[in-house]
Amino acid sequence: MRILKRMWEWFDDLTGVSALVAPLLMHPVPRARKSAWLYVLGSATFVAFVIQIVTGIALASGYVPSSGQAYDSLMFITGTSFGRIVRGIHAFGASAMIILIGLHAIRVYLMAAYKYPRQMNWLTGAGLLMLTLLMAFTGQLLRWDQTGFWSVVIAAEQGGRAPVIGNWLGHFILAGDTVGGATLSRFFAAHVFFIPALIFLLLGSHLYLVVHNGISEPPEAGRPVDPKTYRSWYHALLARDGQPFWPDAAWRDVVFGFLVIATVVGLAIAVGPPEIGKPPDPTIIQASPRPEWYFLWYYAVLSLIPKWSEDWVIILGPALFVSVLFLLPFVAGKGERSPIRRPWSFVIVAFIAFMIAYYGSVGHVAPWSPRMDAAPLPMQVVGAEHGPVADGARIFHDKGCEFCHTVSGYGGVRGPDLTYAGDTMNPAQMTTRIYSGATNMPSYNGNLTSDQLSALLAFLGSRHRQPVLPIPEVR
Amino acid sequence: MTENVPFETETKGCAEAGRRRFLTRISVILGSIGAALVAIPSGAFLLGLRKTPQVWRTVGKLGDFKLGSTVNVSFQDSSPLPWSGVTAQTAAWLRRTGDQQFVAFSMNCTHLGCPVRWLAEADLFMCPCHGGVFYADGRVASGPPPKPLNQYPVRVNNDQVQILTSPVPIT
Repeated sequence: MRILKRMWEWFDDLTGVSALVAPLLMHPVPRARKSAWLYVLGSATFVAFVIQIVTGIALASGYVPSSGQAYDSLMFITGTSFGRIVRGIHAFGASAMIILIGLHAIRVYLMAAYKYPRQMNWLTGAGLLMLTLLMAFTGQLLRWDQTGFWSVVIAAEQGGRAPVIGNWLGHFILAGDTVGGATLSRFFAAHVFFIPALIFLLLGSHLYLVVHNGISEPPEAGRPVDPKTYRSWYHALLARDGQPFWPDAAWRDVVFGFLVIATVVGLAIAVGPPEIGKPPDPTIIQASPRPEWYFLWYYAVLSLIPKWSEDWVIILGPALFVSVLFLLPFVAGKGERSPIRRPWSFVIVAFIAFMIAYYGSVGHVAPWSPRMDAAPLPMQVVGAEHGPVADGARIFHDKGCEFCHTVSGYGGVRGPDLTYAGDTMNPAQMTTRIYSGATNMPSYNGNLTSDQLSALLAFLGSRHRQPVLPIPEVR
Repeated sequence: MTENVPFETETKGCAEAGRRRFLTRISVILGSIGAALVAIPSGAFLLGLRKTPQVWRTVGKLGDFKLGSTVNVSFQDSSPLPWSGVTAQTAAWLRRTGDQQFVAFSMNCTHLGCPVRWLAEADLFMCPCHGGVFYADGRVASGPPPKPLNQYPVRVNNDQVQILTSPVPIT
């Protein structure tokens, strides 16, 4: 023991480590009392980031960032028992990092910790939030299956909506004229070198600022921030009632950080990594790309807004989000911090939570997507094996009607449910609708023979709440 | 940590201050040039887009295609990188409209680029993402697409049906 102590003293004398680290670890922080556990979210985000670095390095040692081979190398990684777990940890770690950085941002917003003198803390944090979302996007794409491949195309098309530089931006995202050999390497470099380098930079600044400006004290109603007096008041508070960060406050970070690690690893082992879809072969046409859960709400919003507003929302939506995030600490840099005195903050947080939860669940169902894999209606639903009703049911499937319209629980939900079409429309109304189409329904004028139309009308007309004709028994 | 030693810049007189200003300037200029020397080629390589020539690719013989039918064809990009693998391919929908006439549609929906599918029985293209529908001639039938399906130039050359490789249309 003595020799170890001597060695440490020698090392510390030559390097000055303890003189550098001790003030950082022991810097005084205000007592957070009831809200103490709310202060663990930032360090937990950092823990999730470290999980991503460690598992990311492990994955990079097996992954081949080549458009032609990435898919097979990922299959190889997943085929090994530890590779499978590491992929799972990296995927659940990504979700954890997004959840935690989101909660951290909400906590800081509700407590208005972005006000003087911590505006730069907020700005670096906002930058880290953007970079985390970029990591999430570029990361899911490195899976380089059908969804990864089409994500690039969809991102390029969205970038293409930008004014003036759109065409260049779109092809820059593709890394050329088409998706090809250069595409994946570019996203790999972004995900593994470029964005992480920016994260390190901003994270370093963020942590420096946390120590430089001191951790914000829990807000209290009726105690507004006045930039003229805040710093001296804060230092007096620390002198009067501060505690050393280590270990008085840090133990909670350690406990919560451990729970994050245990949860992520546990889920990775129990659930496993996300499934790898079909290879990134553009000649496979049975592709239905879907974003990961954290972008589902945005996917839903883009799908539900009116068509005319789309170009504006695709460009101005993210721009507005970034501007609000970056302007907030300057517009509201002083004054009341307590959320009780800032009731709008609850409304805004509730709105954000609603958008993500509600539109996320809508995006999960994706009612605007036709169900192109809908099987022909079964006999029990059709109610006839031969004759015009059965023919009409077949036409209902073959002409694509069923991909968008539900009948008795089968088919898509893009258009109106036609389970009881016979009760709500007469044949003339049906014919008009079929021939003229609608905003989201093609016109079938010239597409159906008169026999096909009458069979279709017979089938739709047989859709009643109360069956008019006795349905033959199914054998 | 080292203590900052205060330098008395004012008292040493004009000559000393001028020398310091000169040294500062030289350092900033050299540093900037050095940074540019590294950044310009790196940035140019990163931002530069690889232009590929357009070439005609044969997708089948004239006799392979039935009049009025739309089929899925695929062809290789004009000059794929050796490690492109399956991504070197491009798929298109090819429709024979006459004895020597063909129309080749891009797979990409003009809304957000998802791959449209041909419903042969329904004579329609349908997009799985947001339900955009196009008629057999590529016109928008319904849904969000803002314009008709993009087309590739296509020709018949010595009994071979050929498509001209083209950049992915950014709409």
